[in-house]
Amino acid sequence: MAVQGKRAVNPQARRKFLRTLVMGAGLLGTALLGFIPVLGRWAQRLRPPGALQEKQFLAACIKCGQCVQVCPVAAIKLADLDEGFGVGVPYIDARAQACDFSCDGLQCVLACPTGALTHELNYSHETDMGIAQVVSPATCLAVQGRGFRGQARGADFAGMLRYDAVDRWHPIPVRDHPYDLELCDLCVRQCPIEIRIAQCVAGAPPSGDERQCPPQHAIELQPVVDESGVIRMQPVILDGCVGCGVCAMICPVEPTVIVIDSSESRGAAYEPVA
Amino acid sequence: MSQLLDSVAELLGREPRKKPQPDEIMPEIVAIHRDKHEDKSRIEKIRIEMAHKAQHAAPEKLRRKRWAVLILVNLLFVLSFQLDIQMLEGALTASRFVGFHMADLNSALQVMLAYKHVVINLVIGTATVFIGWWLLGGRTFCSWVCPYHLLAEWAEIVHQKLARKRLVKDHPFDRRARTWFWLIFAMLALVSGYTVFETISPTGILSRALIYGPGLALLWVLLLLLFEIFYSRRAWCRYACPIGLTYGVVGVLSPIKVQYHLESCFHEGECRKVCLVPHVLNTVIKGRARGIDVDIGADCTRCGRCVDACPTSSLTFRFKGLGDLL
Repeated sequence: MAVQGKRAVNPQARRKFLRTLVMGAGLLGTALLGFIPVLGRWAQRLRPPGALQEKQFLAACIKCGQCVQVCPVAAIKLADLDEGFGVGVPYIDARAQACDFSCDGLQCVLACPTGALTHELNYSHETDMGIAQVVSPATCLAVQGRGFRGQARGADFAGMLRYDAVDRWHPIPVRDHPYDLELCDLCVRQCPIEIRIAQCVAGAPPSGDERQCPPQHAIELQPVVDESGVIRMQPVILDGCVGCGVCAMICPVEPTVIVIDSSESRGAAYEPVA
Repeated sequence: MSQLLDSVAELLGREPRKKPQPDEIMPEIVAIHRDKHEDKSRIEKIRIEMAHKAQHAAPEKLRRKRWAVLILVNLLFVLSFQLDIQMLEGALTASRFVGFHMADLNSALQVMLAYKHVVINLVIGTATVFIGWWLLGGRTFCSWVCPYHLLAEWAEIVHQKLARKRLVKDHPFDRRARTWFWLIFAMLALVSGYTVFETISPTGILSRALIYGPGLALLWVLLLLLFEIFYSRRAWCRYACPIGLTYGVVGVLSPIKVQYHLESCFHEGECRKVCLVPHVLNTVIKGRARGIDVDIGADCTRCGRCVDACPTSSLTFRFKGLGDLL
């Protein structure tokens, strides 16, 4: 159709050719619309453990959802078409359901067929999903010197955590595990890195494997002196934070005092800068 | 060999070869045509059979089986996750069948081009699937597994009903478009570093929607179906889908073929009416056949509708040994 030479052009063939051009442009145009949400960074998503840096992650992910299927707390969701090229790519909404590493073996990483979740890490403390940020210390119960009593996120919250003391192997709904704390320290108390460090200090890392032990603390309550000279405890994020989001999920204050910044340093640890 | 080249050229979008010149036709073929012309009683019998068929449409047995297989495969994906039976985990883009990696060839290609780094799991999955679909005939994936194919078949039924009432008209496109799409999407993945095609792949979108729940992306699939119902019959599978072309290439030398038998054919054209890719059946037009038993080309999806439709059983599935593949 493209080459008609000087011979008389068959009008039907000509229409078909033009129609094909329009269809082609329409289809390619639609596909390329997917660039807009990506370039515009419409969605700054927290990605599953081991996710490469965003650009490589979107390239390497084959959009199959095998990571979704293996997660014991169903933390991983797949993005929709409004995220353009990110359609079908996994993310975690930490406030709704954080990654609490209750699979122990980074099952999503093992499930990933393409290495979009890099296979070069084995332990929770080696992941680098983002970093927690204390965004509104003024509303923090600990800063106010208050305790916490009851279900951390209310009776309707569907999120789950694994409580070793309750059931070593199966996560349970957070609402089934009420707290009674004199000073609220939920973000520190439930931090998977801190829990693991405590196990190691007690001489009982999982499977007796010392490589399970995180080298650095992730979060702690530090004393700060407020204007009136009273000493208050405030959560402070430390270098060992991997951005799993459990603190952001468990925080009983609405809106949450702690959020996860997933734009920070993700994947830098396991991917040379391209 | 020339038949193989024709098969590839037609897969890439070239029009089928014109009628062979009289000196190109084997004398055996001339004799077959003459015999058939003289066998009036047989022609009459077929005419009666077709008139009967027109009034009492026989069920398309192969089509029912094929739909059952297609639904079963997709159901296995859904149940593996929903009921946690872990038989076939993942989606059509990549999965694990009782633990063995499998990767859709086109999705794997997009990822390799975009990411430019291939992990061993992906190599294993791609090779497994390549061998599987080579054995089964390449585009067999389209008609026996792809969920969009099933929806498109239903849309096609609506399209044809409307067309009979003259409410819609089929607008064909140039089939070379699909080859261009394949090249452009491969280039886009390589240059942009994003798996651009996956954004609009109805196969991936539908497979994920079935397994992980519906989303906005289904609107795109709906749009494609409406386009096919009201404007162009089976447009996505015929003129656009790079997945189909990838599997078509895989199936060029596949041992499973639909084969055409000139001797019994009376050129009614029933097969071409139902075919998704009627250019592969060009050989059944009277005077076009260049052999007595002709393999249908690589673009054939082995859906078997022509096998069901043929009143004289002149189209059959054949499993060919390595010897007669070339």
